[in-house]
Amino acid sequence: MNWLSPEELAIVALSLKVSVVAIGAILPVAFGLAWVLARTRFPGKLLLDALVHLPLVLPPVVTGWLLLIAFGTNGPIGKMISTVFGASVMFRWTGAAIAAAVMALPLMVRAIRLSLENVDRRLEGVARTLGAGPWRTFFSVTLPLAMPGVLAASVLGFARSIGEFGATITFVSNIPGETRTLPLAIYTNLQVPGGEDAVTRLALISVALSLGALAISEFLVRRSSRQGGGHVL
Amino acid sequence: MSFEVDLEVRRGERLLRAQFSAPFGLTALFGPSGAGKTSILDMIAGLLRPDRGRILVAGEVLFDSERGINLPPEKRSCGYVLQDGRLFPHRRVRENLLYGWNLAPADRRRLDFDVAVGFLGIEHLLERMPYSLSGGEARRVAIGRALLSGPRFLLMDEPLSSLDSNRRDEIMTLIERIRDELSMPILFVSHDRSEVERLAETVIEIG
Repeated sequence: MNWLSPEELAIVALSLKVSVVAIGAILPVAFGLAWVLARTRFPGKLLLDALVHLPLVLPPVVTGWLLLIAFGTNGPIGKMISTVFGASVMFRWTGAAIAAAVMALPLMVRAIRLSLENVDRRLEGVARTLGAGPWRTFFSVTLPLAMPGVLAASVLGFARSIGEFGATITFVSNIPGETRTLPLAIYTNLQVPGGEDAVTRLALISVALSLGALAISEFLVRRSSRQGGGHVL
Repeated sequence: MSFEVDLEVRRGERLLRAQFSAPFGLTALFGPSGAGKTSILDMIAGLLRPDRGRILVAGEVLFDSERGINLPPEKRSCGYVLQDGRLFPHRRVRENLLYGWNLAPADRRRLDFDVAVGFLGIEHLLERMPYSLSGGEARRVAIGRALLSGPRFLLMDEPLSSLDSNRRDEIMTLIERIRDELSMPILFVSHDRSEVERLAETVIEIG
């Protein structure tokens, strides 16, 4: 990849780091929310459902602004982070990861929820009668059967966060080396005279990353559904 | 008595009540579709909680609403063969068979794995995935999986449904052998009179 300049390589590396960390951190949260939405009934469930979906329907700029309010120096979460860790996510790559995670969350919850709803509850019942407690049943039956959905959700979320623009630039600005991910770098280069070549290269990388993610997800889903399940999203 | 059941559960608009006791041997729950037979098996297995009542199997209390007893399914030592078998689709036949076997305490493993596999005639299926099995094969594996979990009693939901007549004969013979050779109380659900007449020693009409 010697046709990329060191700065461009750093941008790609930063984008990958932000997205991988974002998805890794938000996946358990997405799974928990999907579980609650798929398996439980409680008053206020509709409200939770709406809240989870909010980043999907809000203008990303508004999501970024809300994050700014929450995580800013005087925001409730921002204050907590600065007392516990003595640090701030503002203008940092961690902030970019938070924006990416929040934007990916609704897509991931939807995919996981769908796969959980497709798990045959009778199979869980069988596992119980065969002597498995609730946890063993979860790890030996429910989770493996929902796995194609969890994988699909991760890849979908990854692709979404690689492309994340509006919430990120609003929330943590466009700082080279910290928050300037691929889309922000493309945008920046478009503003610079003579930046077209860089735009082309970065855009091609974006396409390659997205297609690569899709190919990997297809491969993983096929493999895990050949081992059983057959739940392909 | 093997099964002593007296229970009540509300399912949507309908109130389902069942009261019966059955001596040891093979007992059939007989009645039309939709009468709640599967719900009764679910309650005995612990998958559905009755609103009120008592369930005893071979003298052991599995559920008693008055005394606040409700054993979880994994503590009931119940072999439950669901309708259509319901094998774990992501595990090979061998892993399906060993699922309950691996969880059963050593003193409850009355059947040797190889003996059970031979008894059921499924040696050639062990490495197959469930989706590749025929209806009769899947049914035999499901019965084997339940037997290998070391149950004290067996529940079978329509064990002969949607099988052609040769396969039905095969499974019926198998159930008779379980009844005679393992002397385990068996409760099975059916809506087919000929099957009930051939197999059951006690018939309980539902609905």
